[in-house]
Amino acid sequence: MTTEIKYTFKDFASDQDVRWCPGCDDYVILRSIQKALPEIGKKKEDIVFISGIGCSSRFPYYMDNYGIHGIHGRAAAIATGTKLANPHLSVWVASGDGDSMAIGGNHFIHTLRRNIDMNYILFNNEIYGLTKGQFSPTSLLGQKTKSSPYGNTQAPFNPGELAIGAQAKFFARVAGNDAKLQTKIYIEAEKHKGTSLVEVLQNCVIFNDGAYKDITDKSVKDDVQLVVEHGKPMIFGKNKDKGLVLDEMKLKVVKIGENGITEDDILVHDAKEPDATLHLALVNLKEPVVMGVIRAVEDETLIERENKVTELAKKTNPIQSFEELLFSGQTYEVEE
Amino acid sequence: MSTEAFHKETKNLDHAVIRFVGDSGDGMQLTGTQFSTSAALLGNDVATFPNYPSEIRAPQGSLYGVSGFQVNIGATEISTPGDDLDILVAMNPAGLKTNIKDLKPGHMVIVDEDAFTRSNLQKAKYESNPLTDGSLSEYNVIPVPMTSLTREALKDTGLDSKSITRSKNMFALGMLYWLFSKDPKHTIEFLQKKFKNKPQVVEANIKALKAGYHFADTLELMPTHYIVDPAKKEKGTYRIIMGNQATAWGFMAAAKKASLELFLGSYPITPATDILHELSKWRHLDVTAFQAEDEIAGISSAIGASFAGKLAITTTSGPGLALKSEALGLAVMLEIPLVVVDVQRGGPSTGMPTKTEQSDLMQALYGRNGESPLIVIAAKSPADSYDKAFEAAKLTLEHMTPVVLLTDGYIGNGSEPWKIKTLDEMPEISHYQVTEYQEDFHPYKRDPKTLARPWAIPGTPGLEHVIGGLEKDKIEGTVSQDPLNHEEMVKLRAEKVRKVKDFIPPLETEFDQEGDLLVVGWGGTYGSLKTAVKKYKEENPDKKVGLAHFSYINPLPHGVADTFSKFKNILVAELNMGQFADFLRMNYPQFQYTKYNKVQGLPLGSPELIKKFNEILKSE
Repeated sequence: MTTEIKYTFKDFASDQDVRWCPGCDDYVILRSIQKALPEIGKKKEDIVFISGIGCSSRFPYYMDNYGIHGIHGRAAAIATGTKLANPHLSVWVASGDGDSMAIGGNHFIHTLRRNIDMNYILFNNEIYGLTKGQFSPTSLLGQKTKSSPYGNTQAPFNPGELAIGAQAKFFARVAGNDAKLQTKIYIEAEKHKGTSLVEVLQNCVIFNDGAYKDITDKSVKDDVQLVVEHGKPMIFGKNKDKGLVLDEMKLKVVKIGENGITEDDILVHDAKEPDATLHLALVNLKEPVVMGVIRAVEDETLIERENKVTELAKKTNPIQSFEELLFSGQTYEVEE
Repeated sequence: MSTEAFHKETKNLDHAVIRFVGDSGDGMQLTGTQFSTSAALLGNDVATFPNYPSEIRAPQGSLYGVSGFQVNIGATEISTPGDDLDILVAMNPAGLKTNIKDLKPGHMVIVDEDAFTRSNLQKAKYESNPLTDGSLSEYNVIPVPMTSLTREALKDTGLDSKSITRSKNMFALGMLYWLFSKDPKHTIEFLQKKFKNKPQVVEANIKALKAGYHFADTLELMPTHYIVDPAKKEKGTYRIIMGNQATAWGFMAAAKKASLELFLGSYPITPATDILHELSKWRHLDVTAFQAEDEIAGISSAIGASFAGKLAITTTSGPGLALKSEALGLAVMLEIPLVVVDVQRGGPSTGMPTKTEQSDLMQALYGRNGESPLIVIAAKSPADSYDKAFEAAKLTLEHMTPVVLLTDGYIGNGSEPWKIKTLDEMPEISHYQVTEYQEDFHPYKRDPKTLARPWAIPGTPGLEHVIGGLEKDKIEGTVSQDPLNHEEMVKLRAEKVRKVKDFIPPLETEFDQEGDLLVVGWGGTYGSLKTAVKKYKEENPDKKVGLAHFSYINPLPHGVADTFSKFKNILVAELNMGQFADFLRMNYPQFQYTKYNKVQGLPLGSPELIKKFNEILKSE
């Protein structure tokens, strides 16, 4: 639905004081979403933010939209009810790595497989922040935290890999400090029909500071981040001289201009390919780390399927009103 | 088929309790349902209760695989499926063994003697054949070779032998129709409709039904057949309704009446799943039935749907209510409309999933963290579930606070005649939904009459706001951790629930309004208690006994202390260890309460209750 009203990012900022730690990437995410929303063509009263518990989950309070700050892990389940109740709404979930993949893991995977049309922002800081520093389901093996003083023994999830395993049709990844790419991805996520999962590599300045610095620091990012775009060759590097090719079923980094490699030899990104093999290889790639919209496959959404069977019921069920239902089947009269 | 010119004698009965038992695959539920429906269509009052194992297809012939269906048909008002049996129909030795103890001495047990094979006897742990060893001498045993008679009757139908054998339940049903002088026409119509695409099956079943009917007519062992006259009931159109179905329809009626759409978020759990099944059928009548990934998602999705403006409910049983408790606390905090239905079963833990109990009362009242009061009401019979589901929806919408509706496996799966109540006959429902811009809007500014807050839904321009589980400012609903604001909010939420007392009917007493003994119950035991008090009073006309049955538990209705003070003794009877008695003691400590408790997964019976009444009143 388009609207005549022209919003600016300020229209989406609430009057509440933002209480995240100074320097937290959450500020970048907040501003990037506030910048994306004027571009999606939705009225602000038709936008809903739903969250669970954790630092990230304070998000709805800072948006001037409708919202629910829910309970730990349940944001996706609450949001599913809201979207089913009113499919016209633009529904957004703000959730952390613990909220999504530990306590809320079940809702996370089922939301993805159902492909209900909503946008899911996963604030992945690889740590529990609000409870002050325990390992999360994305913390690295060996990572020292308050609850793993000698090193974490629980192997981490890669959210993209988990999501694709759970039938995700849209997956994007972006650095927490990359405001420009974030805004672009949030607009893409909203445009995509189905569950759009965006993993933000979000730095926690207090309990896991620098977790992503080897990926996100300005000095290195061009050489370690590959930002993919649908239909374009997967080229990266400060000098745009590195790219990906397939070599014996594996992705391999090659240098353009060396060994006779030209730009034409570089793999072209196809986000719309339903076969997830290559998308899975991209989300698992360590060097470079792949950013951007990795997977965006068109498919029927839950509500489209629901509407179809409702139509079927309308056409085939002999009972077409509540009154008819009351008097259907075997009834009998009692005379006085 | 002719029902006249019987050459045998007839005998009039006020009521009769009949139980059909067999293997879970023997079609006992269908047989029982057909018998009850025909009896009701022919004017009897009826109450039924299925009793089936928690295994879907337990090994054939085993004791734990016995499936039963009990029906009480009456020429006068029937309130329960009955206590001891007048007639038992047992399709195999296991069914006989597990049910014979409930048959009144001297009464009739009809058995399929073909099923009493050596192997079936072994499976039922019989050392010798009870049909021949004299162990059933105190009963009137009617052995009938039902399997072979059915085979003989159906040999020309062209059906395979397995299908033929499967029709023996219709043979048994035919016999019962003869025994109770009932025209089998409604079952014939039912079979014609149900198997309209399988004419062979229709023919076979009708043949078996008629064969059983005529066989009974000629059987010398059955010299008498019975007549249970039509019961006097209020004029109107009736249907037989199951409790869970009535619950589902009550919510549909409420949604229509409130001009809202209905949303159910649910996860399958015995014995509540039939509500999900029922509502799943009516998606084209403004019902969304969402089967979620777990109990928590069931209630959470309902909360999300309520926020977006639907009449939202979630249905479950005890273990599911435990899983939902954190989210239910969120709904208390959000102050949104939400109904949780708990069809109670035997607990704790997985307990006895297919058996009834009333042991979730304390969980419903207190099973959440923090000070978290909500409305708790209970349905008293299968048909009353319609009214109470409607009432639960009305209360949640008119008071903006969650409601727990307690039913149980006994009334959820039980059925009885219901005088159909159309929307015109139901009370109006108002609600606090706001869908247009308002000046001076504050999400938690309350209606002084009810203390309900406005329900502004997404899509309403200019009223954007965020609600959440953190304590809120009492007017704006923004996060507030202020100590005095918190205390005030805790008190406001409690007061909002307390105020509901002024909007519900006062406590009513049936039978004597003052005197020797007040029998107190709540929820699904109503029929049992009413039957027992009625019987006791018939036997003891000098005793003054009243029945106060509670449908409203939190808040308790007006008139409790006044009623209690008019009786010398108060007996609280319930299917738990005394949870309601304790709740009453807490609220009205000035009275003495005697308790009668039963936790066997079974309903209360008249004999045990009457024994207890005698104990109390004789000791005076």
